[in-house]
Amino acid sequence: MDMILTKPVVDGQKYKSIEVHKLIELNYDLGTLLAEDTNEFDVHHLRKDKNDYLLQLSRDNTQLLINQIWCLPTERIEDAIVAKLPIQKTRLPRMKHIPKPRPLTKWEQFSKAKGIVKKKKAKLSWDEQLKKWVPLFGYKKTQAEREKDWVLEVPANANPMEDQFEKNIQAKSERVAKNELQRLRNIAKSKNIKVPKVGVSNSEVSSAKDLQAAVTVAKASTASLGKFQKELPKEKEAKGVSDITPGASRKRKMPPVLGDVEKRENLAIVDTILNKRPKLNIEKAVARHINNEQVESSSMDRPKSVKKSGRKSKDNFKRPKGNSGQRTGGKSGGGRKRR
Amino acid sequence: MKRLSEERTKILFEKLAKFIGPNIKLLIERPDGLYCFREQKDRVYYVSEKILKWANNIPSDHLISVGTCFGKFTKSNKFRLHVTALNYLAPYAQSKIWLKPPAEQQFLYGNHVSKTGLGRISENTEKYQGVVVYSMSDLPLGFGAAARSTAECKHAEPLSTVCFHQADIGEYIRSEEDLL
Repeated sequence: MDMILTKPVVDGQKYKSIEVHKLIELNYDLGTLLAEDTNEFDVHHLRKDKNDYLLQLSRDNTQLLINQIWCLPTERIEDAIVAKLPIQKTRLPRMKHIPKPRPLTKWEQFSKAKGIVKKKKAKLSWDEQLKKWVPLFGYKKTQAEREKDWVLEVPANANPMEDQFEKNIQAKSERVAKNELQRLRNIAKSKNIKVPKVGVSNSEVSSAKDLQAAVTVAKASTASLGKFQKELPKEKEAKGVSDITPGASRKRKMPPVLGDVEKRENLAIVDTILNKRPKLNIEKAVARHINNEQVESSSMDRPKSVKKSGRKSKDNFKRPKGNSGQRTGGKSGGGRKRR
Repeated sequence: MKRLSEERTKILFEKLAKFIGPNIKLLIERPDGLYCFREQKDRVYYVSEKILKWANNIPSDHLISVGTCFGKFTKSNKFRLHVTALNYLAPYAQSKIWLKPPAEQQFLYGNHVSKTGLGRISENTEKYQGVVVYSMSDLPLGFGAAARSTAECKHAEPLSTVCFHQADIGEYIRSEEDLL
């Protein structure tokens, strides 16, 4: 009897009260079972016995959290009392990166830029010739095609001996192969893999750039790596083909030479530039002609005021100014060497 | 710092020949030691061999400039002279243009030279030849290309362009960061 009476008292001492007093109420987010205590620490207590104080504090706060959970609607499922948690308020950061969107294929990029929208096609379409519904693809479509194309017209300009059926099959397999190539190229592009260059594939579809590359590679493909090949005027070497050009490296570096040698080479280049045979410069010739005429006309006016006859003859003698103009050629002396 | 390829050397000298003609040889053959042209990031520098040897100790991506920058190669492989080359072009220039004082400022702001601003022009200047532009007090201001030959200049209208602007010393302030 004694034991029964004293037990609740002992229990009361053993278990702490579920009542906890706080100056500021805690913030709860029951969805994530989170309670946040914004009250100040009792600094005096904290310094004296840190572990005990923190243990005490966390117990109190946990008690408050559990009190809150008990306020929620509960139900009993197979001997267990279950509280229904509300939707969480705290937003947790995600652990992993957001997956990158799949890179667009070349066609998707193009259609996006051009604003081409894919149209939905009907799965079945009525075939007037066969008088039945034919699917868009699949074995039934192939059957229908075969039925329809039991005979093929030979185009007017085609070779009559050519097998049109064979040609159709060939064209189909080429289309399939092209599609496959494009598919693989898209995959390689999305994974950032470098696809080796095929070189020049087809002269019918190649662009001017491809042809330039072909010329560059072909010129280097001699026994002497194109050293003795002649250059066309204004010919440019294709760029980015060094890996398929024989004897070419990606970085061409001039070999280091002594200063004297370099100077001599530079002087030789200067000489070739200066000794370029000047082509007939019409602008210059016209300008000189105008200039001469002006001098002439001014000297014609002059005799009215200046009546020295001797001076005029001197002028006439001096007029053809050979060898006094600016020459672009480096040679001194008159005219070119004649043999 | 690397040597200019033969093709680029040719392009560079052809451009210089427009301004100084056969005097290019004087730039290469100098009594005071060896001088050479070097290329870094498409820019061409005129350096003495002595400084170049010191510069070789510095990794190329740390090197901003060595010697005098003459200009740069464009993406289409043409050469464009910078004002910094003026010190070497001015003493050897073959054809010159002198500007009247009011036209000086216009030119230094990057405008072409009109006939009204033309003070004097050297004889036998060809059309589209490279010319060095001087002030009337013989101070080199920049360079450009002659838009008209000397004879044509006489009959040109007053507002017509005589010299196309290419570079002027105002660029030292206007486009400081592009110059290097």
